Amino acid sequence: MSDLKVQIKNLYKIFGKNPKSMVKHVEGGMSKPDLLKNHGHVIGLNNINLDIPAKGIQVIMGLSGSGKSTLIRHINRLIEPTAGEMIVDGQDVLTMSPDALRDFRRFNASMVFQKFALLPHRTVIKNVLYGLEIQGIEEKEAMERGQKWLERVGLKGFEEHYPAQLSGGMQQRVGLARALATDADILLMDEAFSALDPLIRTDMQNILLELQEELHKTIIFITHDLDEALRIGDNIAILRDGAMVQTGSAQDIVLNPADEYVTDFIQDINRARVLELNSIMGKKPAKATALKLDKSMVIDVAMQELSNAKAKSATVVDGNKVVGSVTMDSMVQAIARPDGEVKGIDSYR
Amino acid sequence: MAEDSLIDWSKLTWIEPPVMGRQDLRDLKKGIDGSFRDFIRENGEWIENIFEPLKWILIKFEHAMVGMPWPLFLVIVAGLSYLGSRSWKLSLGAVLSFILIGWLDMWEGTMATVAMVSVATFLCIAIGIPIGVWMSRSDRVQGAIVPVLDIMQTIPSFVYLIPVVMLLGIGKAPALIAVMIYAIPPIVRLTNLGIRLVDKETLEAADAFGANKKERLFGVQIPLALPNIFAGVNQTIMMALAMVVIAAMIGAGGLGTPVLRAVNNQYLALGVFNGMAIVAIAIIFDRVSQAYGKRLQKHREGGHGV
Ligand SMILES: Nc1ncnc2c1ncn2[C@@H]1O[C@H](COP(=O)(O)OP(=O)(O)O)[C@@H](O)[C@H]1O
Ligand SMILES: [Mg+2]
Repeated sequence: MSDLKVQIKNLYKIFGKNPKSMVKHVEGGMSKPDLLKNHGHVIGLNNINLDIPAKGIQVIMGLSGSGKSTLIRHINRLIEPTAGEMIVDGQDVLTMSPDALRDFRRFNASMVFQKFALLPHRTVIKNVLYGLEIQGIEEKEAMERGQKWLERVGLKGFEEHYPAQLSGGMQQRVGLARALATDADILLMDEAFSALDPLIRTDMQNILLELQEELHKTIIFITHDLDEALRIGDNIAILRDGAMVQTGSAQDIVLNPADEYVTDFIQDINRARVLELNSIMGKKPAKATALKLDKSMVIDVAMQELSNAKAKSATVVDGNKVVGSVTMDSMVQAIARPDGEVKGIDSYR
Repeated sequence: MAEDSLIDWSKLTWIEPPVMGRQDLRDLKKGIDGSFRDFIRENGEWIENIFEPLKWILIKFEHAMVGMPWPLFLVIVAGLSYLGSRSWKLSLGAVLSFILIGWLDMWEGTMATVAMVSVATFLCIAIGIPIGVWMSRSDRVQGAIVPVLDIMQTIPSFVYLIPVVMLLGIGKAPALIAVMIYAIPPIVRLTNLGIRLVDKETLEAADAFGANKKERLFGVQIPLALPNIFAGVNQTIMMALAMVVIAAMIGAGGLGTPVLRAVNNQYLALGVFNGMAIVAIAIIFDRVSQAYGKRLQKHREGGHGV
């Protein structure tokens, strides 16, 4: 689980006429608006450092324009960096020869796009086969594999349709099948579900999580939606103006937001569905109570359990071991918004 | 008239426009003509040789068409029209038009014209699409070629007939070249445009899956540009047909020749018949190629059920 798959080191991307000469300004701490005003260059990425473990889902989050798409496109080098390293499986993608890079894209990293980016002149099955065709897989085998993935995403029977004949959700299933079919162990998803309706989006998240249970790919998932990030991310990194402001697990980010930007992000989430007992429990064992709850249970389930058992407190366990306790009160405390944010609500009254 | 005008401009003699001396001008023209003649004298032969295969293809093709039994030709017309348009009405119309053309004794001229236009279109496609692809890849190339295309489309055709005739004389090959100069710009322009309009994200997807240049071009760019490229083919055919009469002046033969004779001798009926035959061919080519172009775009239509 903790093998490093992707290591991003001191990555800079500056857009403009002479980006290399701008690195020293950015290193010196010049802000994005200042660099634009004084030197006419745009900061895309500002000194990004991130270690992405293998076989997990790394979410990268940020507001629109914060550099998410720019960052993910450096992993397969659809965008050339201004400075820095992108180590994947011990190799720096950013110094690969064109041939090596093409092979890397063919076999090691596949991508799912926000607007699907299917090939409109090809049928659904032919879209799924696209990566295999480019890998040079022989037709019969490719067909079998493509068919398998099409079935896995629930599109059996739509082989001969054209993308334009499908709904957005179905099109993105094709996009997902196309990416999975190449058997690459890195899956890059740039706001893959952002263009979909909320219900369909949840569907797609479920499909992805289900597949991941068994596939254990290294997934890098971009989103601007915190609920989505919390739902599927093992780790979350937050970008602002091209710089990384915080990385950590969902628990870390919700409990200890690094700055106001992150606080703004998390203020509307349902904390009861995110926070696990693990991160809010007291260390003291509970007073005699029969109720035992697992440490990775989220608060809203735990409250339901307490209420059903008509208990005021519960013991938190890790397997058979007692690790702490929670009370109804402590849970209510934990899900209340931090002080600063309540004012906003007061003003409505 | 001079008294009526408010100002008598004729007093202002100094305002005469500057004109090159008569002698100098004559020398300049002579110089240009002379050096072009010298150029031809030195290079004419190999240039003519280059175009020899062109002439050969055209003549063979024309002979094949003129020599073809007319029912066979009608079957081919019906077949191609139907393949292109999937409309039996259009195919029937095409067949009837050609029967009428034969009835009015314009069969040979029509065959020569159809051969000329077909060969010209084919060559325009073969040359024009690669140029369009090249333009689409570089703004600098585009910047260099667009003005050339503009000139080719706006310069009166008679002007470039002169050097073409000086080089190659009168005959099929120079006529074909004159037609091609006029007809090639649309296919080049629309290939360039079509490829430039290909959705950036789709292209990025091809890159992300590791497509190389060739796979990008033939797997994504050209297929997605095809509707535009086809619009270019259609326009190229129409422009080639528009040149039929002018090309006849330098030896194209075909339906243009009787039209020229009709103009010189004021034979109204002859001119109108042959003119109508050209129009009929144009309409058939246009409808069939447009219907085919539309079918190429079918996959763009939304909605369920094919
Ligand atoms: N090709 C480009 N030229 C100039 N600026 C760009 C270019 N691409 C992106 N940017 C800028 O870089 C920033 C990050 O963009 P992007 O990565 O697309 O953000 P996100 O995906 O988070 O919405 C934005 O300010 C954007 O305007
Ligand atoms: Mg983006």
